[in-house]
Amino acid sequence: MKPTNIEDPNYFHKVVDCQWACPAHTDVPRYIRMIAQGRFTDAYMVNRESNIFPGILGRVCDRPCEPACRRNRVEDKAVAICRLKRVAADHRDDITDRLPKIPTKKNGFKVALIGAGCASLAVANDLLPLGYDITIFEALNTTGGLMRTNIPQFRLPPETLDEEIQYILDMGADLKLNYRINSFNEFLDKREFDAVFVGTGAPKGKELDLPGRFESNNVHIGIEWLESVAFEHVESIGKKVLIIGVGNTAMDCCRSSLRIGAKEVKVMARKPRGFFKASEWELEDAEEENIEIIVNHSPKAFVVENQKLVGMLFEEMEYQIDDKGNIDRGKVIREKIICCDDVILAIGQDNAFPWIERDIGIDFDKWDCPVVDETTMMSSREGVFFGGDAAFGPKNIIWGVAHGHEAAISIHKYCSKEDLNHRLPPGMNLASQKMGMHEWSFSNDYDESERRLMPHVDLKERFKQLDIEVELGFTLEQTVTEVERCLNCDIQTVFTANLCIECDACIDICPVDCLTITDNDDEDILRSKLTIPAENIKQDLYVSEALPQTAKVMVKDEDLCVHCSLCAERCPTGAWDMQKSTILLPYAKDDLISNVASKTSNN
Amino acid sequence: MSYIGKPKISHPKATKNSIGLTKRDYEGVVSTLCAGCGHDSVTAAIIQAVFELDIKPHTLGKMSGIGCSSKTPAYFVSQSHGFNSVHGRMPSVTTGANAANRDLTYIGVSGDGDSLSIGMGQFAHVIRRNLNMTYIIENNGVYGLTKGQYSASADIGSKAKKGPANQQKPIDPVSMGIALGATFVARGFSGDKEQLVPLIKSAIRHKGFGLLDIISPCVTFNDNKESTKSYSHVRKFYHQVIDTDFVPPAQEIKAKYKKGEAMPIYLHDGSKIVFRRVDEQYDPTDRAGAYAYLRESIKKQEVTTGLLYIDKECDDMHEIAQTSDCPLSKIPYDELAPGSEELANIMNRFR
Repeated sequence: MKPTNIEDPNYFHKVVDCQWACPAHTDVPRYIRMIAQGRFTDAYMVNRESNIFPGILGRVCDRPCEPACRRNRVEDKAVAICRLKRVAADHRDDITDRLPKIPTKKNGFKVALIGAGCASLAVANDLLPLGYDITIFEALNTTGGLMRTNIPQFRLPPETLDEEIQYILDMGADLKLNYRINSFNEFLDKREFDAVFVGTGAPKGKELDLPGRFESNNVHIGIEWLESVAFEHVESIGKKVLIIGVGNTAMDCCRSSLRIGAKEVKVMARKPRGFFKASEWELEDAEEENIEIIVNHSPKAFVVENQKLVGMLFEEMEYQIDDKGNIDRGKVIREKIICCDDVILAIGQDNAFPWIERDIGIDFDKWDCPVVDETTMMSSREGVFFGGDAAFGPKNIIWGVAHGHEAAISIHKYCSKEDLNHRLPPGMNLASQKMGMHEWSFSNDYDESERRLMPHVDLKERFKQLDIEVELGFTLEQTVTEVERCLNCDIQTVFTANLCIECDACIDICPVDCLTITDNDDEDILRSKLTIPAENIKQDLYVSEALPQTAKVMVKDEDLCVHCSLCAERCPTGAWDMQKSTILLPYAKDDLISNVASKTSNN
Repeated sequence: MSYIGKPKISHPKATKNSIGLTKRDYEGVVSTLCAGCGHDSVTAAIIQAVFELDIKPHTLGKMSGIGCSSKTPAYFVSQSHGFNSVHGRMPSVTTGANAANRDLTYIGVSGDGDSLSIGMGQFAHVIRRNLNMTYIIENNGVYGLTKGQYSASADIGSKAKKGPANQQKPIDPVSMGIALGATFVARGFSGDKEQLVPLIKSAIRHKGFGLLDIISPCVTFNDNKESTKSYSHVRKFYHQVIDTDFVPPAQEIKAKYKKGEAMPIYLHDGSKIVFRRVDEQYDPTDRAGAYAYLRESIKKQEVTTGLLYIDKECDDMHEIAQTSDCPLSKIPYDELAPGSEELANIMNRFR
């Protein structure tokens, strides 16, 4: 193998599994260290830089970071990254003086954002400080989009939502509520805006057109029903409720049902456990509330008597699972009717653009989704950008934010008549963390504590009102323990081959046997002949230049390194050093054109 | 040294030996020697060897004298027996321990100072007794613990970090061991575990005295360019005469030997040592030839390594003394001490 190019920012970025997995690339280890030092406000601001809504995401993020966490591979439970984010949000001081200053003199460009959800708000957050004139058009009478309508208040309190959205609106966005755009063509024809961003989400719940579907009023579409509950249009539901589907929306539906009158709620899953779409923690939270999840039941018909729903007919399935763990094929064992008063369908969402004419230069693909460039977020019509669920179908809040950042860069470049594809590459700083003979700037000792469990409101208490937040947030003691579980994966082991005397000290001390000195070879062979073979091919090998004494190479399997620094401590020559990699991700404000762009100078 | 202990977690795919232990179970406390010390590598090789030999930790006796080397038994197999004895007196203490309990596996760790100066007499006599033990000399040519004075194994002209070059003739423990009649004599290098681990395993399984001279550079006082015991010098003049592979009982040899002639020697417990001659001329069972070869290689400044001499037929201390097969420590007190009356009878026989 060729020596690893550690100057490529992506190499060390990948080692920071959580940051790499986060669509917005939040610098997780950095903010966790700040929390450890009690610097909650700083930690909040590090979060805000990349994910904009730390308080919201600290409660309801889909957490792609946690399954990626190295701790899963070293033992079995990830660091409670999301919960720690909430700690920063809960304990921060007033941050208003730390928000970007908004120039009084605008740059003359007007940008329209359609939909007041997470993606649009991210665009506003990035463009307002650059002097853009931003107008947000929202069809409903409130902001937040699906964050407000689809996430129940017992998971995300409205105050949290309002506070973080208000930070952005206070930067000077012009918010037009109750403003539904019915014809995009007419809207664009007015030519009021230099660029338009569509962040309207994926607002259409999937239908389940089985016999009896429309013969009663007791079958509801999940996301529409959640919205009605949020706006108090629906205040009750039958005693027995079936939820069809087992994604995160299903979890919100079943738990909301319990709070407005349901006594017996069953979540009906077509497939076995392990194939559910819902996050593990959302399943746990639902099951804690005595929600029954019934597997291997495929819906067949709604049973309606006298225009009243009385039950649902299911086919009970048996599946074969192949060697790779995939479902091969299923067969029906028997049919079965399960009694119920209401059914909520939570089997997915679709994009819906009835308001966009198909002949205005915006191409749609065969799934009726707009064709959007994954880098620039621009559609086939110049100056029209998409982001969030509206761009590539339903994802989650953190993806919406990430899209917003990218779209903001593009809009900035577009208005400045720059090439949208000519984007700043990510950068990286590397700085040694050695403070003394055996002293590092970070807590390098491996903490064996288990993951802390989130304390919840008492099971009886929580059902009294719809808006009682179930999760209480970490206590001080829990926070102190949990922060120490972070392995500081951004503090990298950096190797300088020409200093190495091949004394083996690093190899002997490594607790997880991730180092080997051996003859260089192709990657496959090298992986197989390490001290412990490197079988996780998703994790890179760090291969050194040829060593001075024997011309062998030092190979590090990045997979399980716990960043304990012992290799660097035991190294007599300083060939190993612990260096902090700070990944510098470009935002709209980092483009140098920000200083010169203005409508007048471009004209 | 490190301020933090070695984290207790290990690689989830770390293998276990036949008694269900991982290599990590054979560790001791974290070393307090200088970072990069060859002795720590020897420690790691011992851990690897006893792990691979499936030795039960409580059946191991770790013996040592005084010096950097003699600190190292603290760094491997915490769950075993140990005795850190007086300077140079480890051979006598081990003899006593072995006399009392012949069932334990004894690994003595000494240094060039402990064995070749103050403990020279003890060293010669433990060879003479053919005590069943592994005797490791961690040889770095200096007294590291007292700030780097030359030891008896320093070569003429070799220069440590500070002061003039050494002018006194060195004592070569390997040549001396062969001359004194040691039954297993090998030399290894702390920087080559591929060779060192099978050597340690062979020495442990050899019934009798297993002498292992391991060049183990002192990274603080004697790892400079002008030193003949530095990592770079040893690598440059490294001369492995014979390749040693240790094969435990009931395990077929899977590797095929390409160059040189493979020669198995069966040990008393059914395990075997397979030699592959790197140097065609060399015969590790020929004592005179081995000695002559060594004298020549010293002239050429070569660091000759490998299992240099083995005699597996010689009786060990217990056989010579015709002691009980049952360890004395396990014989009930009444049998072991027949009482004052019986003692008087015995004494009377000599009156």
